Parts: sequence; C-alpha cells; structure tokens
Amino acid sequence: MSVPRYWREIPQRTRLEGQKCGCCGTVNYPPRARCLKCGSTSLEQYRLPEKGSLISFTIVRNPPLGFERNAPYALGLIELEDGTRITAQITDVELDDLRIGMPVESVFRKVSEDGDAGIIRYAIKFRPTFCNP
Amino acid sequence: MPIVSYKEKLVNSLKPVIDVVISGWGSYIPIYRISVEEIARIWGKSPKHFREELLIDEKAVAGLDEDVATISVESAKNAIQRAGLNPKQLGAVFVGTESKPYAVKPTGTIVAEAIGATPRILSADFEFACKAGTECLQCCVALVGSGMINYGLAIGADTAQGAPSDPLEYSAGCGGTALIVGSKTHEKEPVALLEGSVSYVTDTPDFWRRPKRDYPSHAEAFTGEPAYFNHVISATKLLMEELSLKPSDFQYVVFHQPNGKFPLKAAKLLGFKKEQVEPGLLVPYIGNLYAGSSLTGLSAILDIARPGDRVLLTSFGSGAGSDSFSFVVQDGIISKRDRAPKVMDYIKRKRNIDYALYCKFRRKIVF
Amino acid sequence: MRKVAIISYGLTKVDKHWNKSLRELFGEAAKKALNEIEIPSIDAIIVGNMCASDLSDQNNIGSILADYIGAIPTTAYRVESACGSGGAALLSGFTSVASGMFDIVMVGGVEKLTDGIGKETTYSLGKAADAEYELFYGSSFVSLNALMMNRYMHVYKTPREAFADFAVLMHKNGAKNPYAQLPFEISRETVLNSETIADPIKLYDCAPVGDGAAVVILCPLEDAPKYSDTFVEICGISGATDTINVSSREDLLSLKSTVTAGMKAYKMAKMSPADIDVAEIHDTFTIMAALSLEDLGFAEKGKFDKMMNEGTFEPGGIVSVNPSGGLKSRGHPVGATGIYQAAEISMQLMERADKMQVPNAEVGLIQNIGGSGSNTYVAIMRRCR
Repeated sequence: MSVPRYWREIPQRTRLEGQKCGCCGTVNYPPRARCLKCGSTSLEQYRLPEKGSLISFTIVRNPPLGFERNAPYALGLIELEDGTRITAQITDVELDDLRIGMPVESVFRKVSEDGDAGIIRYAIKFRPTFCNP
Repeated sequence: MPIVSYKEKLVNSLKPVIDVVISGWGSYIPIYRISVEEIARIWGKSPKHFREELLIDEKAVAGLDEDVATISVESAKNAIQRAGLNPKQLGAVFVGTESKPYAVKPTGTIVAEAIGATPRILSADFEFACKAGTECLQCCVALVGSGMINYGLAIGADTAQGAPSDPLEYSAGCGGTALIVGSKTHEKEPVALLEGSVSYVTDTPDFWRRPKRDYPSHAEAFTGEPAYFNHVISATKLLMEELSLKPSDFQYVVFHQPNGKFPLKAAKLLGFKKEQVEPGLLVPYIGNLYAGSSLTGLSAILDIARPGDRVLLTSFGSGAGSDSFSFVVQDGIISKRDRAPKVMDYIKRKRNIDYALYCKFRRKIVF
Repeated sequence: MRKVAIISYGLTKVDKHWNKSLRELFGEAAKKALNEIEIPSIDAIIVGNMCASDLSDQNNIGSILADYIGAIPTTAYRVESACGSGGAALLSGFTSVASGMFDIVMVGGVEKLTDGIGKETTYSLGKAADAEYELFYGSSFVSLNALMMNRYMHVYKTPREAFADFAVLMHKNGAKNPYAQLPFEISRETVLNSETIADPIKLYDCAPVGDGAAVVILCPLEDAPKYSDTFVEICGISGATDTINVSSREDLLSLKSTVTAGMKAYKMAKMSPADIDVAEIHDTFTIMAALSLEDLGFAEKGKFDKMMNEGTFEPGGIVSVNPSGGLKSRGHPVGATGIYQAAEISMQLMERADKMQVPNAEVGLIQNIGGSGSNTYVAIMRRCR
C-alpha cells in the first residue's frame, strides 16, 4: 500500500472519523461524497463511538499477502453503540472465546507493515471490553 | 566509584516558575504474560534465582499488534480521560522509550495524531534508557512551568527485548504510562502538586545498545552499585535535602524497578520502610517496563493514594542518571481516579503464553 | 428497444490450463461459438475479465482478443465488475443490441487465474472488496463471506450440514458436465472434514481456482432465425449495486443487489420466481448460494435448509439450480462465470444439455455477483421455437 494511501485515511482508520447526514441523520462510515441513504451533500464530521458488540466474526487461517505472520487472527463485524457497523480485527482474545454478542471496545493497534524497511500501518481494532470504569 | 557526596550543592532543586500539577495519569499493560519458569525451562536454568532473589514471577509480553506507539496511545487516552481534557488542549506530546517502532520517525507524532492533538503540538521522542519517561516529564514540567503551554503529555513506554538466555530475558517486560502535567492555577481538579525535582546524571556505561544490534549489552554486576544505586540514592538524597524532607515524610516511594531486589535495597539504604515501597512494586507481575517502569509504579500509587499523601518518584536510566520528584497528592484525585482502568485492572487481565508464542509475538521467528 | 437473442455459445472446460494462455482460451471459446452459425460480421466484442492486469500483466484486453481472433477492426473493450464481469458484459452487450447500436455482438468472458501463484491470485481476487476498509485489515475475500455465514447460522439456527449438502448437490450435477473443473461426486463428510479456511467456511464450501473462457453471440431476436435454428431470447436483464462494505449493508443477510436486479429483471420479463424452471446462480461459497436463492425469491428468508431438505433445488425440482454444477463444481473462472451461466442456460433452453438436461426447461435465469454482494446481474431467458 502506498504511503499517501495510508496517510490519507489516518483520521478515518485511527480516530473513527465518519460523517453524519445533516438531512436524514444517517451515519456514513466510511465517508462518502453523498449520503448513502438520502443522497444529501450536507455531511458533517462525526466521531464514531468506541464501544459496541460483536455481531459476527470469523477466524482468518489463510491470510492474504502481508498478513502471514499474524495468522490465525479474528475478523469481526461490530455494531457500535450508535448502530453504525464496522469491519475490524478483534484482538487480545482467545479465538475459542469469540461469541456473537460479546461487548467490545476500540483500541489502537498495528495492522501491517511493509517488511522491516517500509512504514508501519496502524488502525483501530476491537478487543473484548474488559473494564467499565 | 564512590557515591558522590551530597554536600556538593551547586544548584537548587528544579522548581518551575509556575507551580505545576499532575492533571491526569493512565497506564497500559498488554494482556500476555510469560513466567520465569517457562523461560528457564527452555534454557535449562532454575527459576529459583529469579523468583526468590530477584522477585520476578512473570513479565508482560506485547502482542503481535502492539508496540510503543500503541501502548502510548492507550496510556495517553486513559490519562486524557482522567484529566477531562480535549486533546487539542495539549501543547506537547513526548514519548520516552528505548524500543522505538522507527529508529527515525517520532513515535510522538503517531500518538499525537491518534489522540487528536495535532497539529498545534510540540512533539519528540526521548532516549535515556529506562529514565526516558521521566525525562519527558521534566520537559513537560518545564514547558508548563514557564507558561509556554497549558498541558503537556509525558509518556514512558517500552517493549524492550531481552537477549535469548540472557538474565535480562526474564525481566524485560512491556507496558507504559502517561502523565499529563498542568499548571496549578488553571487546573480545577489537581491530582498531585510537584514540590520539586532533581536530575542526577553521569557518563556511566552500564547498559547500552549499538545501532545494528537487536539486543542490548550490559556490564553485569557493574549495573548495580556504580550505576543504579549511585544515581538513585544520590538523586533521592539531594532531593530530600533540598526540599528539607526525610523518609518518614513520604507515604509512598517509587523507584525504578529492574527487578524486585534493587528498589527494596535502595529503599533500605535511604531509610525508607518496605511498606512505603511495596504498593508501587509491580515488577513481580509484569517485569521491568524500562522507560515505563517507574512511571507505572507511580500510576499504581495514584490509583490508591489519598489527598495529602506525599509520594517520592526516583527513576533510573542506564548511561546513566536518575530523576527524582516529590509530589503531594491533591483533592482532584478522588473524582478522577475511576475515570479510566487502573494499573491493577491491567495486571489482573492476563493470559499466560508459552515460549513458542513468545517467540512468535516478539518476532524472533525468521520468515 | 429491440428484443435480443442468444444465437450461439462456446465454452472451454474449466481447468488449470497451464498450457493455454488468456488469448488461446478465449480463441477456443470464440471459435466454438462462431462454428455453430454463419454470420456476416461481428459488430462489437465485449469481454468480461477481472485479473488479467494483475496476473498476466495485461490491460487493453479488448484489443488483445480482437486481434487474436482475427476480428479487427471490430470495436472491442473489457468491462469489469469483479466476479460479475461476465454479467456486466452480458448487460452491456444486450444494451448495445437492444438500442440498435450494433446488430451482432460477441459477448465473452475469460480468466487465467493460474497465471498467478496461489497467494498472488488470492490477493488479486481480494480486490473485489473494499481496499481501504476491508482488505486493509487483512480480511481475505473468504473471510468477508464467512462473516455473513456465521451471522446467518446464528440468526436462523441453520445446521452446518445444510451448506455441505448444497456442495454435494453441486458436485452431483457437475459430475455430468463435460466442461466442469471438478466433475466428481462428493459426500457430506468430504465437505465437513475439509480444511477450515475462515471459520466457518471450509475448503469444500468454496469454488475452486481455475481458468476458462466462454462466449455467446447476441443479435436482434427478429434476425435470429437467419443465423441459427436454435436460439433463446433474453427477455429480462438488469444489474444493481449494494454497499461495497459488508458492514454497511442494511441487512447483513440479504444481498440487496440481487433482490433489486432480480426484481427489475422479473418485471422486464413479466415473470416471477415461480416461472423459472432452471437457474444458474452464483455459489462462490455455499453461503452465497443460500442468500442468492432466498433473494431471488426461490426460498423464504432463512428457509434455505428447509428447501434443501425438500429437494426444491434438485434437477427436476421446483427450480433446478445449477445443473452445470455451479461455481463449486463447474468452476469459477471469475470474469467469465457470468457468460458460462448464459451459455449453460442457453444449452438447457435449446435442449442441448445432454446428461445435464433439465426436462421441459422453458425459462431460465442467471445470477452473477461481483464482490461480496456489492454488484449483481440477473438475466432471464426463454426458449424460442
């Protein structure tokens, strides 16, 4: 992945910055040019919630290029507290313990890197919520 | 080398023009642990020495997707949560570490961006072995104390590697802590007031790593008296003298923890009681967090301290030097404490792994 | 708008064709299609292909193939819709004939997945998903489908065996298909004991990797008798999209693009699911088959396993599904699959399907998906006498 491609989406992938439609209230994540639901262009910056629950998951055992070191790892579909859904890796979890409905919270983690000379790519992943202070 | 006489007083303790306070604190420790038994098993050693003499049971291991940047970000978010700040109020983000993800590219910018503090921010990475975290703290104190910034974020974090079969492999752990420094006048809920600090530094090559080496080297027993003890004791003695304090004035004392034995010995030599040290002694459960070590000990103390408690913090960084601080806990700690996970919450969240997974996580397997 | 017919088809066996290049495969299919009929000229060539750019270092496919089959100066271009490229090519070809722009159009699909080594091919195929918000996180294409399968089983309590049984049915059908990549029967145990790729998807839930080419020739329906004794009419055709991201779908367990494309195609053909005798649907993974069958109206939501048990989809059942063996057994030469489907339904309706023949097949349907459901093409064809 090129450096500009990684850098451009840092706010979206590390701070979960999306958009909220000023017209119909739909959250657009990833961001769009026009609202997914109503096509409006009045889209305001919106920060997604940090907690949610796991609505589906899988365990990647045949990883794509660049992820060989990490297998096996869990990929999940998370429904955040505001109803928005997001795809992300699930980390800090025993793969056998994964359950649909598990409460999860966002964490900032390494996702991949271009060997030992290229850049490191970071993004939000989710882990089982461990503490409710 | 004899301990430098504390009668040579050429400067006063470091005190900023504006009084500074801790506004927030937060830590992060990875979930994985490897026990000294498991490491000893591979190398045919007895774990007895590590458990009973060095007082290390197990150490925290960073997962495959963790590094100093990720540890710093979670610590920072916890500190910001406690401080009740908008990240854009931060004027500086410093990361002290000896295991930078990039040899050249500041971890500070990765952290600042991830927490939403950019772009009006001063940022850099600091290196002074295990005292890099308190270095960051000193600089934040100076920036806030001079009126240049309102809040500064100082982070000490490491994912230090111990060379396979080396004694340090049993103790080199992963984790970190972030402190937010603010000014006494602006901070509505101060956590702790800084009374003063001393930095005590000499060129003492006890432990080092040359650029092309994966693992550090050290001078074994030399790391004790001429390095750790000289600097920790000198800095602490100077601080107490300059602030006219004695050991019994402190409820808690936190020293850098390369193992459990050194801080307890330093405490004894300085006249502190075991009970003052033990609440902040985390190395038995998580190992030596290097630049995160003494700051995380402080974090654990702040998790339990009460307003009015006085806390001593003395770090140690090989190369070598110590920063010594005296804090007095303030009322703000009460409402802020429960806003983020505590050090013990992270310590209790654990999963033990074997040496094979440890090798995989620490990238000792060549692809 | 003119009515459009398919007057001829040609396809290669789907296989790991180590000794045949992209051009040669296409040439083989094109020659077969052209041998069946006598046409004055080809007015346009529209080709579906997904991976040639990555795996064969080749863009400008239209030109390459027009050159290779000796068709220059006919206009030729590629359309791409991931694994729906064939369906896109068919829609494009249909539109160009229906509009009156062209009279005789060659619509084809070709794919050389074995020009890449294992991981390279998977990586190229993965590009059907969202590069920034799915692939970035290390989601393989299989894993995105696994997310849907896991959710489906959780919500509908569908037993794992129902999916295995679909794969078994595909192989039972494909065993009769001379063009199939995997023409042998398998058992439920074969599926359930096969290697897990991304839980819960196992190797035998997945279409194999292979090469192939297929071609159909289109012309205005009124002209068809001039060129061929047997022809079929494309009486309904449409395409629709859904969100690229699985996570953004309104309903995780419904392929809205299939529902929409299906509805529009049915409307255009003035038909309903009950009218369909035989269907070639897009079973890249057994979960895609379940969702497709439900979203095309052949089964109620969540009732896939019930219908499987009742034999609804067997040859001669309420609707014969994938008599060719589907993507699972016939194979999935990605960009060509949609055209394979068109050729196979043409075969059925022209009564030339030999051992695969579904009796009394009057109306057929094809459904071709791009990505994890972000793009679907549906065409309905009827027999002409």
